[in-house]
Amino acid sequence: SSNEHKLNFKKSKEACLSYIQDALLQKQWKRAAEFLTCYVESLEKDYSREHIGPSEMIWRIGTEILWHHSQSSMKEFNCFMEQMKTLGVKRYLKVCLEHVFHLLCDGQIDEAYQNLSLAESWRFGEQTAIQDKEMKLVQAYRGLLDYYSWSKQKNILLEQGEDGFSDLAVEQEMHGYFRKAAVNLKEIIKIPGVWDIFVKCYVDLLEFYGDHNEARQVLNEYAYNSKFPANPNAHVYLYQFLKRQREPKKSLISALKILHDIVPSHELMIDFNTMLQKSKKRKKRRLGLEVIFAALDYAGWKENAKAWSCLARQVKQIVISEKHLDWIKQEWNSRKDWWPAFHFSRYLAKRNWQEDKSLSYEKALVAGILLGKGCKYFKYVSHQGCKAQLKRFRMLKKFVNRHNLVYLKISG
Amino acid sequence: RDFNERCAQCSEVNWGLTDGGRFYCRSCHNVTERTREVVNTDFITNSRVQTISKGSRKQEKNDGGSEWYICEGFQLVLKKQVEALEALGVCPQMKDEILCNFWRCYLQKSKQAYCKRPAPETVKTSSVCESSTDMDSDPERPSLLHLLSLSESEGDLQTDCSFASSVSKVSESTSVYSGSVDGSLYLMKNQKEKLRMTMPMTLSFCYMALLWVREPITLSELLRYVVEGHIPYLNVFQHFPEKMKLCGLDLKIFCVESWPVYEEVFNQMHELATFLDLPRFPDITESCFLHPDMLCMKYLMEANLPDELHIWTCRVVKKIGIGEVDFLTLVPGNKSTRKVKYDVLAVAVIVVVLKLLFLLDDHYEWLLSEYAEERNKNNTEVYIFYSGGPYFEFKKWYEVVKHCLDVKQKKLDEERAKYLWRCEKPLFYSVKNKSKVLKRRQMVVNLQNQFGKLSGSVQCAEKPNPSSFQLSWSEKNTDGSCFHGHSLKGVLQEKRGLLTAMNPDYWLCTVKLCNEKLCGHLAHYKEAEFPQSYHFVLGLFSFLLRVQPSYIHDEVCMIEHKLFNKKLYKKLKYNTVLRS
Repeated sequence: SSNEHKLNFKKSKEACLSYIQDALLQKQWKRAAEFLTCYVESLEKDYSREHIGPSEMIWRIGTEILWHHSQSSMKEFNCFMEQMKTLGVKRYLKVCLEHVFHLLCDGQIDEAYQNLSLAESWRFGEQTAIQDKEMKLVQAYRGLLDYYSWSKQKNILLEQGEDGFSDLAVEQEMHGYFRKAAVNLKEIIKIPGVWDIFVKCYVDLLEFYGDHNEARQVLNEYAYNSKFPANPNAHVYLYQFLKRQREPKKSLISALKILHDIVPSHELMIDFNTMLQKSKKRKKRRLGLEVIFAALDYAGWKENAKAWSCLARQVKQIVISEKHLDWIKQEWNSRKDWWPAFHFSRYLAKRNWQEDKSLSYEKALVAGILLGKGCKYFKYVSHQGCKAQLKRFRMLKKFVNRHNLVYLKISG
Repeated sequence: RDFNERCAQCSEVNWGLTDGGRFYCRSCHNVTERTREVVNTDFITNSRVQTISKGSRKQEKNDGGSEWYICEGFQLVLKKQVEALEALGVCPQMKDEILCNFWRCYLQKSKQAYCKRPAPETVKTSSVCESSTDMDSDPERPSLLHLLSLSESEGDLQTDCSFASSVSKVSESTSVYSGSVDGSLYLMKNQKEKLRMTMPMTLSFCYMALLWVREPITLSELLRYVVEGHIPYLNVFQHFPEKMKLCGLDLKIFCVESWPVYEEVFNQMHELATFLDLPRFPDITESCFLHPDMLCMKYLMEANLPDELHIWTCRVVKKIGIGEVDFLTLVPGNKSTRKVKYDVLAVAVIVVVLKLLFLLDDHYEWLLSEYAEERNKNNTEVYIFYSGGPYFEFKKWYEVVKHCLDVKQKKLDEERAKYLWRCEKPLFYSVKNKSKVLKRRQMVVNLQNQFGKLSGSVQCAEKPNPSSFQLSWSEKNTDGSCFHGHSLKGVLQEKRGLLTAMNPDYWLCTVKLCNEKLCGHLAHYKEAEFPQSYHFVLGLFSFLLRVQPSYIHDEVCMIEHKLFNKKLYKKLKYNTVLRS
């Protein structure tokens, strides 16, 4: 409500903005446009004291409206963006970049490329130096589009190769794109930041042309340089590269170690655990157990049969060897209070049995060892399994019965 | 300087000359191939350009303008306003006789015209203006920044400063940087000596004239008409003739960026009346529209309250003497009498009457309402018809009026957010500024077109017809939403042959009034400290009058203290605590 009868330009426009904001949040594009129409005259007033001026507001709001409004076209959108570019010199490159993103979303790759080239050639006194970062981004994205073109040429070449042809022109073009792309991509990844897509593309290029050393260096930098923000993907890319290069397990393991620290629930933890389990080194096997337990702490893994089979395998192996039961004890210590309800409830026993027998098998094994043969989960599943006359469940029952006292030692 | 093409790179028109005689764009340093064929010796490439001073009295200017004074501008504004009032139905004498005379009187008193010698300062201005760019040498000459800071306008000061700083680098004697002759002088004037003319004051003039003629337009109505666009105010300068060029400091004077506030216009009107040494205004008698009895009737109708309440408002008015001619008529210069705000006074009386009859303590009024509801249920329609209408139920009234008010308020809030403040006529501080301003204007128009098309709903540019009533209720409505004909018998009782309120209690808004001269108010209203019903009623009239609830609250306090004067005095004497 408006108790404030004193109304001036500034307050009026503030109120206008809040109506626009409400409309945007509720996706009422027509209404937002209605109020924006009234807001635009703010441009005629200088707001140099404000943090965000009207020109920026209008750019951002207008973009949203034109992007979503049913009656708006790309033509109108482009026209608007061009106007916005002239509005604020200090934002010129930012506006260009956002425009390019929208064009890409709309599938207009060529248009986007043209805009990027245009932006790259922009010069404006000292602003050029001030907007250096944005310029690098412009160049990087152009590099990305060059990579995309390179990729297309590469595919053409590969197809032709299959047919037995080989078009020199295509090849030349392809190399040309490579050069252009490589130059720009290399530049941007020097700057600390999150450049996943650029890194991936650059490494792809390097691998294709056989420059594995450079690729390795790039990936190592990206993953291990402390100036760069912690990024799980960096480690994933490195790991995948090393795997492609058929590096020994040792380096693969070291690549995944930090990933485990950052994202214990990452999907590669299964691979990690598998490698670690098979290791001859005790420390590695110990780590493997830690890794798989940690992964299963997360709800997303609850019904992952593969993960449970990893854990089951390792637990089984430890129990049979009768060595390192203390490992399980250590891992179980912090989990014994909540894992039973989290994983091994009777409800879950029923559901798992209904939906995925393998899953229930693996889980039952783990439950039986950790909680003893009297636990709800094991009892239900093994009973069902034996009733269904499935051999492995009978074996499971025997195994757990045999090692029934383990759970006492573990829970100690 | 003749090169007016837009820069290929940044579209600006801001050219300088390199040493080689080529044009370069000052905004983006884009050098062109164009050279000046004829070297103009006037043009110097350093930052201080010397041009002819605007202060000297020349009839012709380069841009086709001629000399004009600020008061000429205001005269035009007043003319437009009074013409609009005429169109609204105000008597034609107001323009030619009343307002005209007031204005002449003002000009005379403030020594701007109609006197033997023009104000000495104007002479001073012209002599000072022939000078060079060296501003620091003359300490008496104010800088542009200083002048801008003196202005009362609510414009963004930073804007002006940033414009000013860009202007001062290039221009000449900036103390006279205005389209008018005396723009800077005007802002410099010492306010205390002479009442300086401002845009809000034009409305004070109008109101004063209306009061003199005793037109049935209250100040709140006048201001509402201004906001609704029926009376020129916001961009009235666009009606100035072509030859009156507006720029620089003129903008500070004529461009408003806020709506006039009741209090301000009201107070200034009184100052003005005193300044002009006006005699006692024509009497406000019982037959005048502005008399509380009349206004109460109007507001009772608008508030959808029973006509029967009018008897009560008249009783209160009579009891505290606010219906007396001497109380109501304005005598300028008389500092002892409280200035009468006719509209606020009338609604305050209604509020007091409602408190008298309904108590409005968030309990009693609802009780009374239930009682009335019961009665209404039991009576047949025929009975109701013959006995003068159904019992007035506070609850029903509240629901109906609240709903309507909410809708209207919401609409008003949206309208406020959608006000368009600018007009087609561009405003620029200096000629250097002009191209930038025009470019911006063009962009604004483009964007308005683009997004206007996407707005979906029809952009209605028509102003609503001016109407004295913002809320109207018709007894023809069968849904029972009109309460005019309802009866107060549910809240009244007969005592010794007189009808009195059933409600025995009353709570004062404040036990002690503040000293208005010290803190500006009689009381300090905080919503949380008062009953919701009271707040609602204040809110209703606050909406109708477009003033703050506290403004009405002050008036209510004043009336209550007059009404319960004796009781208060007695009770305070015996040190009893009143319900408050």
